[in-house]
Amino acid sequence: MENRQKEIDKLKDYKYGFSTDIENTRAPKGLNEDVIKFISNIKKEPQWMLEFRLKAYERFKQLKEPNWQKPKYPNIDYQDLYYYSAPKSMDDKPKSLDELDPKLLETYKKLGIPLQEQARLNGIAVDAVFDSVSVATTFREELIKQGIIFCPISEAIQKHPELVKKYLGSVIPLTDHFFATLNSAVFTDGSFVYIPEGVRCPMELSTYFRINASNTGQFERTLIIADKGSYVSYLEGCTAPMRDENQLHAANVELVALDDAEIKYSTVQNWYPGDKDGKGGIYNFVTKRGLCKGKNSKISWTQVETGSAITWKYPSCILKGDNSVGEFYSIAITNNHQKADTGTKMIHLGKNTKSKIISKGISAGFSDMTYRGLVDISSKASNSNNYTQCDSLLMGNKCGAHTVPYIKNKNSESNIAHEATTSKISEEQLHYCQQRGLSAEEAVGLIVNGFCKEVLQQLPMEFAVEAQKLVGISLEGSVG
Amino acid sequence: MKEQLQKDFENTIKNLSLSQKDIEIKKFSLDNFINKGFPNRKEEDWKFSDLNKIINKNIGELSFYCEDKPTNKVDTSVFLDGLEHNKIVLINGRIEKIDFDYEKKGQIEIIEHSETVNKFYNNNSLSDLNNAFTNKSFKIAVKEGYQLSKPLIIYHTTNTKINSCNINLRLDFELHENSCLRLIDLFNDKSEKNFLNIFYNFDLKENSILKNYKVDKFENKNIKYLFNNIDQNKNSISETFILSSGSNFLKSEINCDLNGEHSSAFVNGIFSLDKNKHHEIRTIINHLTENTKSYQLIKSVLEDSSKAVYQGKIFVNSEAQKTDGYQLSKAILLNKESEFNAKPELEIYADDVKCSHGSASGSLNEDSIFYLMSRGLNYNQARELLINGFLLDVVEKITDSEIKNLIKNMIGIKE
Repeated sequence: MENRQKEIDKLKDYKYGFSTDIENTRAPKGLNEDVIKFISNIKKEPQWMLEFRLKAYERFKQLKEPNWQKPKYPNIDYQDLYYYSAPKSMDDKPKSLDELDPKLLETYKKLGIPLQEQARLNGIAVDAVFDSVSVATTFREELIKQGIIFCPISEAIQKHPELVKKYLGSVIPLTDHFFATLNSAVFTDGSFVYIPEGVRCPMELSTYFRINASNTGQFERTLIIADKGSYVSYLEGCTAPMRDENQLHAANVELVALDDAEIKYSTVQNWYPGDKDGKGGIYNFVTKRGLCKGKNSKISWTQVETGSAITWKYPSCILKGDNSVGEFYSIAITNNHQKADTGTKMIHLGKNTKSKIISKGISAGFSDMTYRGLVDISSKASNSNNYTQCDSLLMGNKCGAHTVPYIKNKNSESNIAHEATTSKISEEQLHYCQQRGLSAEEAVGLIVNGFCKEVLQQLPMEFAVEAQKLVGISLEGSVG
Repeated sequence: MKEQLQKDFENTIKNLSLSQKDIEIKKFSLDNFINKGFPNRKEEDWKFSDLNKIINKNIGELSFYCEDKPTNKVDTSVFLDGLEHNKIVLINGRIEKIDFDYEKKGQIEIIEHSETVNKFYNNNSLSDLNNAFTNKSFKIAVKEGYQLSKPLIIYHTTNTKINSCNINLRLDFELHENSCLRLIDLFNDKSEKNFLNIFYNFDLKENSILKNYKVDKFENKNIKYLFNNIDQNKNSISETFILSSGSNFLKSEINCDLNGEHSSAFVNGIFSLDKNKHHEIRTIINHLTENTKSYQLIKSVLEDSSKAVYQGKIFVNSEAQKTDGYQLSKAILLNKESEFNAKPELEIYADDVKCSHGSASGSLNEDSIFYLMSRGLNYNQARELLINGFLLDVVEKITDSEIKNLIKNMIGIKE
């Protein structure tokens, strides 16, 4: 018990809130063609990639910023941001971990991701993204033996142009919405994964995103392709330093699953949420979309959203292949002045497609949480099924919990079932736990963990433990 | 459309003796409507039903001025048999007959008032249209402690004299303390291709009870929009039942403010659609104070290429602790072309509440059909039995047994 208390004390504040003092290479401030050319140039990109970016930029200029979302935010001046920032030591790419700037290694060690150790231990392959560049990717050699490509996307653009050309923008097209198009124009780095036919990826792949520089936006892009009959489980974690300003994070994640392939994508999002008065924090406006392109394919999203001042994302599945399956498991926790508008879209196009949505929202303090989801069964998607469950838990009467599902059924042979509940932790449950010697805070932690269990179970083991702790910490101070 | 609107507007106000102030209000509403036009799918509330497109496709050019022909003869054949009732007869949107013969004198007051007050809080352009063109509005007040002995039926009839017309109607009801009103809206259309825009405003004082049954049963080619605004005080009860079936397009909207403690609102609805009909029910229940309750049940049976939409919202204000809100929508799709869309929404700012919603849509359960057929029913009988059972659930929610039986007969549900 004592140990546990100590651990909680240690984690009490946002423990990832430090920043690393490191020299940066930056693009000039603002957004224009020259900046895009600068990014493309510094990444030594081929001509077609630059054209892709410029085309997106042309489109971006015509688009209007959306404002239908529930959490409103002050106008972002897109000309007042740096679109590229990278540690200077990364200008000449270090060839191995030993050549990496010790400051970077130190940073990741502090974040609990010691890159060198991780490289020695068996288990998880990590791609570490620091501001606008990927600084290190572990276990690459081992993976390459099986034909698995796991590398920064900027490297993939040079080394595997045929794959990137074929799939980049195939799920989230250039002409998608405002933030996705902005990302297509200025994305800097991210991960690229290709799993060849029939290969079951032997380890968890993961990316760790870190925002360090101030005044920058982070625009990463991830592309995962699972070829026929393959399987991959991918994890994503993120943190940022504590700052009074709001920083923009607008990532695009595209998943493509071909025949019989399965992709499992898990996120533990812990960007800096701002302080107790709602000052600072990250705007997390992310576009995540998976395409079940082939027959019998499966994409499963699991997310634990505890950070960010504003979270605004809808990881979606387009179920195009017959018999394909889409899943979405989510826990979103907002405390203090955090706001979240999150959910999913399940677009059923193929026959016999199935989707399942389990969403758990917890709001405390002065926060506001919205589940917004779409289930669309098209007229051709015969014999399809959807099940949706979204539960909200409220703590205190200063916060809000909202559910906005859109349900469209155009096929008489398909079934949709949706249920949602909103409640608070009952006095009886609390009383029962306290009677057995738990403090009020521990009791709440226990009940909340039980409430979230269905989703936590979906996470890979290492992540699940971390996520469970995170759930407890995020609600600190919300009882009483 | 703008010129037509202005011309028709001039004609409309010419025939009315209005004060300068009223004319100004009406002009203001007209300008608002001209600016906004008919609602279209870009507006969140009309996302699933693009009225602008529907009117263009089904009617084309609308005329907003209906010539003021004196008394159309009241066609008594539309009157309901077998139920003693009070009547208000509307022909083409004009009140032709008001009959409260069954009630005590002096307990019901009918106030004819032409003054235009915009009391509706919804910001859609149809309320502007209604404000600009309604010629006479009536207010029906039920006095303190009086409970009507017979139900009131409002016959909304239209005849073939109008075509491509827009009809606007506005009625106010005031239920004083401890009073009770049973109100049936019965739609009976002989006309084609008109747009009816009907606004009701109910003011429910302490302990009053309102039961409103809207029956759109008879086949017609009109387009209708019905809006109910209900303000509820302490201990008041409102019950709304909607049978949405006959018109080409019908959108029923209910905005209910639960202002007083222990007030409750019930909304039950049936969509029974075929051909290419497109109906919608949209409800907004605002729980504004402690200990209020709402319950909604909507069931749909959709044939051919019909389309039903249910948008229901439960709003719970931060003071409204101990709220109990429930919402359920179910749909059976009988044809490949049919479509059901739902947007059940919860917006909650208080923590000690019990709110839930559910929505399900799908085909008839083949196992149940098999079960019934194995017991000797043929396919059609089995199907009918299942559908009747499915809808009966909603009809059983009607608390008035006389009217329950009436509606059962109308739908053809036998027990």
